[in-house]
Amino acid sequence: MKVRHALRALDGILRREMMRSLRQRARLFSAMVRPLVWLAIFAAGFRSVLGLSITPPYQTYVLYEVYVVPGLAAMMLLFHAMASSLAMVYDREMGSMRLLLTAPLPRWYLLAARLLASVVVGLPLVYLFLFVARFWDVRPPALGYVAVFPALVLSGLMLGAFGLLVSSMSTQMENFAGVMNFVIFPMFFASTALYPIWRLAEAGRVLATIAAWNPFSSAVELIRFALYLRFDMVSMLVVVACLVAFFLAAVAGYDPGRGLWSRRSGEG
Amino acid sequence: MNALAVENLSHSFGNRQVLQNVSFTVAEGRMCILLGRNGAGKTTLFSLVTGLYYARTGLVRVFDMAMQANPSAALAQMGVVFQLPTLDLDLTAGENLRYHAALHGLPTELSKARSREELSRLEVLDRIHDRTRALSGGQRRRVEIARALMHGPRLLLLDEPTTGLDVPGRRALGRHVRALCRERGIAVLWATHFLEEVAADDDVVVLDRGRVCWAGRADRIAPEVSAGSIAEAFALLTGSP
Repeated sequence: MKVRHALRALDGILRREMMRSLRQRARLFSAMVRPLVWLAIFAAGFRSVLGLSITPPYQTYVLYEVYVVPGLAAMMLLFHAMASSLAMVYDREMGSMRLLLTAPLPRWYLLAARLLASVVVGLPLVYLFLFVARFWDVRPPALGYVAVFPALVLSGLMLGAFGLLVSSMSTQMENFAGVMNFVIFPMFFASTALYPIWRLAEAGRVLATIAAWNPFSSAVELIRFALYLRFDMVSMLVVVACLVAFFLAAVAGYDPGRGLWSRRSGEG
Repeated sequence: MNALAVENLSHSFGNRQVLQNVSFTVAEGRMCILLGRNGAGKTTLFSLVTGLYYARTGLVRVFDMAMQANPSAALAQMGVVFQLPTLDLDLTAGENLRYHAALHGLPTELSKARSREELSRLEVLDRIHDRTRALSGGQRRRVEIARALMHGPRLLLLDEPTTGLDVPGRRALGRHVRALCRERGIAVLWATHFLEEVAADDDVVVLDRGRVCWAGRADRIAPEVSAGSIAEAFALLTGSP
């Protein structure tokens, strides 16, 4: 694999993702509105219900809006990853995935480039949301916006790799609705995005255990800590390990000899 | 040298054998028609040749490079037009071409020049800034062929490229592709089930139920199987009415 060729291909994949994303204005709009609805309505309603104790990384009592913003940022990444995964399934159903997979580059590289491109395209919206959240008095330190960047990238890659894996396994678009119901929603709700672990533990030990093991919680905590200039080593290790595992599994899924492609029945 | 050599290729999906010991070659600069009814295994063969499926049994060589051993080098020599349209409908014709060129490592300037050149050759240059969603079926196909030629392949694979086109559209496409063979020495493998797409001096490979049942020059097929026409010969070979 020549480096120059590989970089040009990455550039091409990145541009395509950007152009597609910019032209799907409705999707952009809903991606932006979704977390704001949660923040403006859901969080406002819960603000008085949830009396939060001091939970790291916060050093004082915080309002629910402050607590929930990193979780909503992670939610944006999760939904973006799933939309991107759905686009992969769509591309495969529609045939345009063949174009990517018959490019003269190793398949793992093409999938990695696609994954990276998807994350790069998703990040500006998350930043926009973080800035808009300042109107709700969610004001992390200025440097936090810098520190959160690698956390967002890593979390985005991990969730994107998960989406890639899902796309390698789901054979039809119809299956995807099931994925949303049985994977995405539980992943989001059984995590520390909306409530801290101690609050979940009050509701039930099982739920708290699930949330503790849920890699999405690690993504949320990694982002939360970074935004307040703290480093959560355990969460980072979990996120990186899951990223590697999901990506390798997805590459195997797209392998012409092993994965879905080899099992698909040919027509014509 | 052969542009494409397929040797003893077999493939199955579970218990269903789709290809059995398929062997044939496409010579440099020749137009080869892969003729077979629906379900004969043409698309599976294309998927194996382009590496979308891994060929466990048999060999695929592209200009003497084994597809299984070095897929990237083989793919770099290949331009592919799949049966299913693969254009990105949200992008313009030009953007679709440049995306493909980037995947093949072409620098930006060259990519821009080539996209104009190829679209012009296929008479769709006036649509370069239009989203492909707005193009007709025939124009989309031509854009797809232009795209497949962007990186200067020496072997062009077309899987039922005339699907969905009207008769004049089909003829025009055939003329364009034969001109490519003549003018640029590109070898072409054209899969179809339309007998009228075969010209007398084409090479023909007849595929039936996953086996090659005849291969040679199109004008030899009728005399060799004692038939009055290509259509009759095809019917005899494939046992279809």
